[in-house]
Amino acid sequence: MSTGEKFTQMLIAIALFFGVVAAILLLTQRLRSRRGELVQSAAFVLPAVLLIGVGLLYPAIETIRQSFQNAAGNESVGFENYKTIFTDSNQIRVLLNTAAWVIVVPIASTAIGLVYAVLVDRAKFEKFAKALIFLPMAISLVGASIIWKFVYDYRETDANQIGVANEVLKVLGFDTYRFLFNEPWNTVFLIVIMIWVQAGFAMTLLSASIKAIPDDIVEAARLDGVGGFKMFRFITVPSIRPSLIVVLTTISITTLKAFDIVRTTTGGNFDTSVLAYEFYVQSFRSFDQGLGAALAVLIFVLVMPIVIYNVRQMRKLEAR
Amino acid sequence: MTTTTATDDLSVEQAVERESVSSSAHKALTSPWASLAAILIAILWTIPTFGLLVTSFRPEGDITSSGWWTIFTNPSFTLDNYDEVLNGDTALATYFVNSIVITIPSVLIPVSIATMAAYAFAWMRFPGRDFLFVAVFALQIVPIQVTMIPLLTLYVDRGLAGAEAPGGGFYTIWLSHSIFALPLAIYLLHNFMRQIPGELIESARVDGAGHVQIFSRIMLPLMTPAIAAFGIFQFLWVWNDLLVALVFGGGSPDVSPLTARLAELSGTRGQDWFLLSAGAFVSLVVPLIVFLSLQRYFVRGLLAGSVKG
Repeated sequence: MSTGEKFTQMLIAIALFFGVVAAILLLTQRLRSRRGELVQSAAFVLPAVLLIGVGLLYPAIETIRQSFQNAAGNESVGFENYKTIFTDSNQIRVLLNTAAWVIVVPIASTAIGLVYAVLVDRAKFEKFAKALIFLPMAISLVGASIIWKFVYDYRETDANQIGVANEVLKVLGFDTYRFLFNEPWNTVFLIVIMIWVQAGFAMTLLSASIKAIPDDIVEAARLDGVGGFKMFRFITVPSIRPSLIVVLTTISITTLKAFDIVRTTTGGNFDTSVLAYEFYVQSFRSFDQGLGAALAVLIFVLVMPIVIYNVRQMRKLEAR
Repeated sequence: MTTTTATDDLSVEQAVERESVSSSAHKALTSPWASLAAILIAILWTIPTFGLLVTSFRPEGDITSSGWWTIFTNPSFTLDNYDEVLNGDTALATYFVNSIVITIPSVLIPVSIATMAAYAFAWMRFPGRDFLFVAVFALQIVPIQVTMIPLLTLYVDRGLAGAEAPGGGFYTIWLSHSIFALPLAIYLLHNFMRQIPGELIESARVDGAGHVQIFSRIMLPLMTPAIAAFGIFQFLWVWNDLLVALVFGGGSPDVSPLTARLAELSGTRGQDWFLLSAGAFVSLVVPLIVFLSLQRYFVRGLLAGSVKG
């Protein structure tokens, strides 16, 4: 398809969509009776409800069903796929890696975001300083992966280095290191990329709630001689506890679902695969539909309690 | 929403700053170390991007023979990499177009549908309203991975997938992004709509306005900041997405966005940094412009909870 054709298709789709919406609004506009109101409500709600029903609810149920079937999806195998996930040595590696990601990324990003938010709070260049940390949020995980792959680039120790990380090692007198190849530490270096992306998110949310701490509390503590680290430990952190929990849970959900970094940097080789990437490989590369579905359901099951907790905390925050 | 007002209201912030002069003595003690730590983090966070940006402007030979930091002593720059990456074999220009064609409908459609649904859930009365709203809300927990295989089958069965399909296969991507955005969009916009005083709607009703008029004349103007905030998020998600593009675009150069092409290049031409560096910045420039120019809305959306996994 040529560029012109693509834009034409796009304009057709948009025109079609807004045409239908406008028609619905115009047609139901005049209805005033009780029954008319019902039709109106349906016109407003049904497009969304239908899309969600067909595109989310039905597929989710279907996937759960498929997770109990074989690779081709034509024979029931009971819990066999789940058994594979928890017994196969490759799959156990995947689970362990995923655990490392989900534990380290939220804690490290939140810690860095919090410290940075406190440090730059009311500083002269606060806006600019925040934007620097925040910027990685705007770029894709694929872009972030390429940026870091270049940082980690490996050359022999006596060769000219082009990756910053190995240049630093060389200047300090160490041998250069294959950051993305040497297990098990390569997973840690992939995790660094995700921390780099997520710290900005943590910083923004925590900075807002630090600014919302009532001044009289801070003043009172100060009059009592509390300052520096003690202020941080006994006033700042307890005051923003609900936001801290929201940030931690939100980042763990994002981390659990992200597969882009692993795919772009190592392609899941060298023991770096995670759950979300394994799902993609089994479903769309190895075409093992059953195992793919079981992995997706496992992500679902792991995410569910965190989301529920997250939403409850968020509602508490809003209610304040 | 105490948090939102605290950041948005600059004058309050400045007033607070003036009041806490008493703390400046204390601050003076700790600030050199604090500043140093802050600067250190800022540098660590900036260097990786800066290095690749510099690299994208260096000649191909230089990139592989010396580090980008040598430009400070030995500067030489070129735009050849960008020319190559956009118009050469990698043909990123095509994928750039695809990204635009994917993104615009994938933002407009879900935001419109969600605004209407949010209005209905907030201000219309119909049987089953609360149940439906809770159901929509609850479906936020479904990770998109769970829906992909059946959804793909559905598209194939309905003839929406593939180059021969209407719209050249774009409909599968547009639809998927729209569907995945809806639960969160409806929930957030509903929250914003409930903050608008009910008397406003009641008095409009008394004056004889129907729901359609109230929606288009009162709600839409009042909701513009909220809609903009969510729109920006949706824009960034769609533009930066890889999973949906890979699964529903099927790697076809006709419909795949920049992210899919870049991920592929990273695998097949992983050492061609003149291509990868320039390519990465071609894909970064649009979200960065959007983000930097609309940061206010972005932060507001973030504080209201627009975070999707």
